[in-house]
Amino acid sequence: MSTRLATQGRLINRDKRLEFTFNGKRLQGYEGDTLAAALLANDQMLVGRSFKYHRPRGILASGSEEPNALVNLGEGARLEPNQRATTTELFHGLTATSQNHFPSLEFDIGEINNSLARFLPAGFYYKTFIHPRFAWKHVFEPFIRQSAGLGKAPKEADADRYEHFYAFVDVLVIGGGVAGLQAARAAGEAGARVLLIEQEPHWGGRAPVDGAVIEGKPAEDWVKDTLQALEAMENVTLRNRMMGAGVYDHGYALGYERVADHIPGSDLPRHRLWRIRAKQIVTATGAIERPLSFAGNDIPGVMLATAVRDYVVNYGVSPGDRTVVVTNNDDAYRTALCLKRAGLDVPMIVDVRPLVTSPLATEALQAGIRVETGKGIAKVKGRKRVTGVALCLQAGEGSVIEEVKCDAVAMSGGFSPVVHLWSHCGGKLIWDEANAHFRPDPARAPTGAQGEAFVVTAGMASGAMTTGEVLADADAAGKAAARAAGFTPRRFAAPKAAEEPSEPMAPVWMMPQGASYDLRMKMWLDFQNDVKVSDVQLAAREGYESVEHTKRYTTLGMATDQGKLSNINGLAVLADALGEDIPQVGTTTFRPPYTPISMGAIAGEARGEIFQPLRRTPIHGWHEAHGAHWEPVGHWRRPYAYPKAGETVEEAVHREVLNTRRRVGLLDASTLGKIVVKGPDAGRFLDMLYTNMMSTLKVGRCRYGLMCNENGFLSDDGVVARIDEDTWLCHTTSGGADRIHQWMEEWLQTEWWDWKVYVANLTEQYAQIAVVGPDARHVLERLGGMDVSKETLPFMGWQEGKLGGFDARVFRISFSGELSYEIAVPASQGLAFWEALMEVGEAYGMQPYGTEALHIMRAEKGFIMIGDETDGTVIPQDLGLHWAISKKKEDYLGKRAQARSFMDNPDRWQLVGLETLDGSVLPDGCYAIGEGTNANGQAEMFGRVTSTYYSPTLGRGIAMGLVHNGPQRMGEVIRFGTPDKSFVEARIVDPVFYDKEGEKQNV
Amino acid sequence: MSDRAVSPLAGAESSGFAKVSEAGLRGMITLRGDLADAGFAGAVKAVTGCDVPGRREVVEQGGKGVAWMSPDELLVMVPHAEAEAAVAQLSQALAGSHFLAVNVSDARAVFTIEGAGAREVLAKLAPVDLSPEAFGAGQIRRTRLAQVPAAFWLSGEEVFTLVAFRSVAQYVFDLLTVSAKAGSEVGFLAR
Repeated sequence: MSTRLATQGRLINRDKRLEFTFNGKRLQGYEGDTLAAALLANDQMLVGRSFKYHRPRGILASGSEEPNALVNLGEGARLEPNQRATTTELFHGLTATSQNHFPSLEFDIGEINNSLARFLPAGFYYKTFIHPRFAWKHVFEPFIRQSAGLGKAPKEADADRYEHFYAFVDVLVIGGGVAGLQAARAAGEAGARVLLIEQEPHWGGRAPVDGAVIEGKPAEDWVKDTLQALEAMENVTLRNRMMGAGVYDHGYALGYERVADHIPGSDLPRHRLWRIRAKQIVTATGAIERPLSFAGNDIPGVMLATAVRDYVVNYGVSPGDRTVVVTNNDDAYRTALCLKRAGLDVPMIVDVRPLVTSPLATEALQAGIRVETGKGIAKVKGRKRVTGVALCLQAGEGSVIEEVKCDAVAMSGGFSPVVHLWSHCGGKLIWDEANAHFRPDPARAPTGAQGEAFVVTAGMASGAMTTGEVLADADAAGKAAARAAGFTPRRFAAPKAAEEPSEPMAPVWMMPQGASYDLRMKMWLDFQNDVKVSDVQLAAREGYESVEHTKRYTTLGMATDQGKLSNINGLAVLADALGEDIPQVGTTTFRPPYTPISMGAIAGEARGEIFQPLRRTPIHGWHEAHGAHWEPVGHWRRPYAYPKAGETVEEAVHREVLNTRRRVGLLDASTLGKIVVKGPDAGRFLDMLYTNMMSTLKVGRCRYGLMCNENGFLSDDGVVARIDEDTWLCHTTSGGADRIHQWMEEWLQTEWWDWKVYVANLTEQYAQIAVVGPDARHVLERLGGMDVSKETLPFMGWQEGKLGGFDARVFRISFSGELSYEIAVPASQGLAFWEALMEVGEAYGMQPYGTEALHIMRAEKGFIMIGDETDGTVIPQDLGLHWAISKKKEDYLGKRAQARSFMDNPDRWQLVGLETLDGSVLPDGCYAIGEGTNANGQAEMFGRVTSTYYSPTLGRGIAMGLVHNGPQRMGEVIRFGTPDKSFVEARIVDPVFYDKEGEKQNV
Repeated sequence: MSDRAVSPLAGAESSGFAKVSEAGLRGMITLRGDLADAGFAGAVKAVTGCDVPGRREVVEQGGKGVAWMSPDELLVMVPHAEAEAAVAQLSQALAGSHFLAVNVSDARAVFTIEGAGAREVLAKLAPVDLSPEAFGAGQIRRTRLAQVPAAFWLSGEEVFTLVAFRSVAQYVFDLLTVSAKAGSEVGFLAR
């Protein structure tokens, strides 16, 4: 039985009861409980099933190292799987369900895997991939998919919100135990800006539970006093419920603050991800107790010795009435004494060491506890709950000496410093023989840009084992960090602690040391991933010598707890199996985050409306109010079409095309890139950027130009207008504006830095509106102002002046083949100008048109579109754009590449028009199919469709495509494959389908 | 036709632990040239009454101002209606030298973030040390606000002016509003 005790429980408030449910059962706990403590108080030791064998699993630990007690927490939009009960604060109304079982926690069908354990050895998954070949796909994968997995993925969108916060400090101290508090104090007293973070809701770590005495007072009082002192310092910030998740280059660290996990529905951000820049980082992350490897060490009721003590002292919860303590060190005696003081029974302390005479051992004997030295546990009895242990000689093979009845086992295999944060950014470890653990090597710390160390460890994280050593080390760490951050530490001495004499621990990696195979295959190393001593030994026998390979082969340490309890034990077993020393085998890589963090915290504020920036033109609101059907173009939204009531989008597109061709249409072209290029060398610069001549363009005139990258491939296109003697305005594609601006700056800053050219991106300064169609001129004339006649403003000319009282720059350019004016006005006047045009245009039947009508009209004219006809592998010559490539220029970007043999070659896919014989619309992207097959057994292909539309103007499908030797094959009929595996025949034609002479735009 | 000119969000406001407002239209000129040149400094002074600011600095006085943007670029600020005239004046004064002066007023959206929590609102979105010791009056940062570029500086004791691109005005306003939501004070910069 685990139950609530009448006394103790320093962290709970017995005046405040909280209701919660576990698997639908209504239970009660107290304010201050963790979910694990409350479950134990309700005798709910069994909390889940293991991952592979579905063995019953109970609470093992009391902190973030817990491998077993993972629950589905919450419901609906607040359901989150794999939450550790040991770090979940209890709140009123909490709902939790256990994981990985079917149909119920108590009775689980998957437990049959347990009896099959002999057939599910290490590397089981890998073996199923190959033997026999067919079996993976048809037998093993479906089976494994059914049984694997821990929690349920939530089905609803997360109801909570999240945020980031950028903090800059001199010293970041991670861990708020006595070491972290002292380090923060020392750094704070030196005047450094200090941020001290602690993952738990309370401060002081385990010192108060362990009964440490500091400066003559109980640790609890010292913690209280130190906190008070820290709170009084202006330069120190204390944050609890905040985990140091990762340490990265240049003193960057992530802090994961659980702001509102314990107060759900509070409208606060649930988690806050702190992105911290620290000059120095102190990791005071403590140590984790290691389990011992004996048969049945995973049966519910077997717990870490420190956890047993935590539950009694912190929460007033006893894990069992009769607890056997098994240990290889002195610390577990504290658990025995603590249980005894709480009035509970400790039938026996089983100590592997042959002789123990330390004060703690003496105290245990005086308390009447039976101490059996030189012994170990042969096996634990029980299935869903411990019922007893069988005693054996540690030095033997497991012959049972005696059986002892008990309902809990407290085990301690020694302590491993939490070196994760030290290791994240390259801190190295050394093997400490005396304590049988890896600890940070201060000589090989993570280093910054100047080669200087930027992380220092404090307390148990350094390998210090007594309170006195911990405080001295932490004080030195705080001072060292402050000094490295440019401050002068005060000369205060480190606090003194009462002596804690102890006997050396004895490293034990297997119990008993000569255990048989049957015992070894019941000794769990990784409780979450079901990896046992026998699995690691098998891996070694099968040739896995590297710890990283063994990890992946056996899945040791690959569960959500990242092997916090299993890694050191596992690699010790591996070292033993390989006949090597532990430091030679080494550790696996420690990677952030220290414990899992929520996806929400990573996303921060980026969800819903602000998931991504949405770019809006000045006329966006009008489009929205007039029923625009939107198309995303980069981060912009552009109207695709404006369907009227009762009209489909397709019908709207056709109407818009016809209305523009016959009368007049209006297009919001504000997204078009507009980059001003100015300076004495601007003409020379543009001649290098564009394939054609821009320096010869006359003031007041426009010219269409192409830009290629160094590899000769077409990158962007647009109309360039010469504004004055040394100023040009370059229009780019909507999606290309920022990229081309950057492209220009790059060449000016890195290659032609001595050229006198300035560029500026003016894309958003102007609203640009195209008035297009036979009546376009009439509309502008009715608006009044500048002369827009053919004589004053001819095709490919531009002018500045007033139109309807607006400041306007008018370009006579056409992307539709119609009489067309593109008018730029300041963005702040864009909406008013659009509305003024709509008003005067009404008399001419003017209608707005969207991007799809624009696309159709440009395709009817055979104009290419960057991104349709180009894909990064197409050169202008492929598109028949030789006329836009200067032969006079000595150089331009891409010229040399285009002269290479495979580029300057007619044997390429080249642009043609395509007309289906039946008038249908070719599927977009479909391929021209030839005879026979290629080397891969696929149909031979010799061309593909790049743009394809129904042309309302011509009443038939039209398309453009790239076809091998296309321009030489005019009139030829070729076959295109369709997605339904049929063929469509199309004739190769000129890509200009409409107004070949260009008379309509030039009126 | 400045009477028809509208700012992107028509002066939208929101309040949480800091007040966020779209600050309307402001005249802004991108001015590039040799910042160390005396003639250049003279032209800037004539238009704004301000000296050329140092690296990452901004000067404001009497509704006009100048902000350092890069080693060869300034942002000249004047009332919105005066921007075109200011461009003309600068162009005339700098004629003959290599420079660029263009009106970018309408490419921008301007916001103010006011209140004791203003620093923390920005610190949720921009990777900038916003502590009073590190960021004081007269400094400007060109930086990133979540996913878009922005620049900001202190226009008063607890008032930040922030400039972003016009097309993302709504995104920026929404970002600032959600970050300023009451109850989500961080308590790190203002203790």
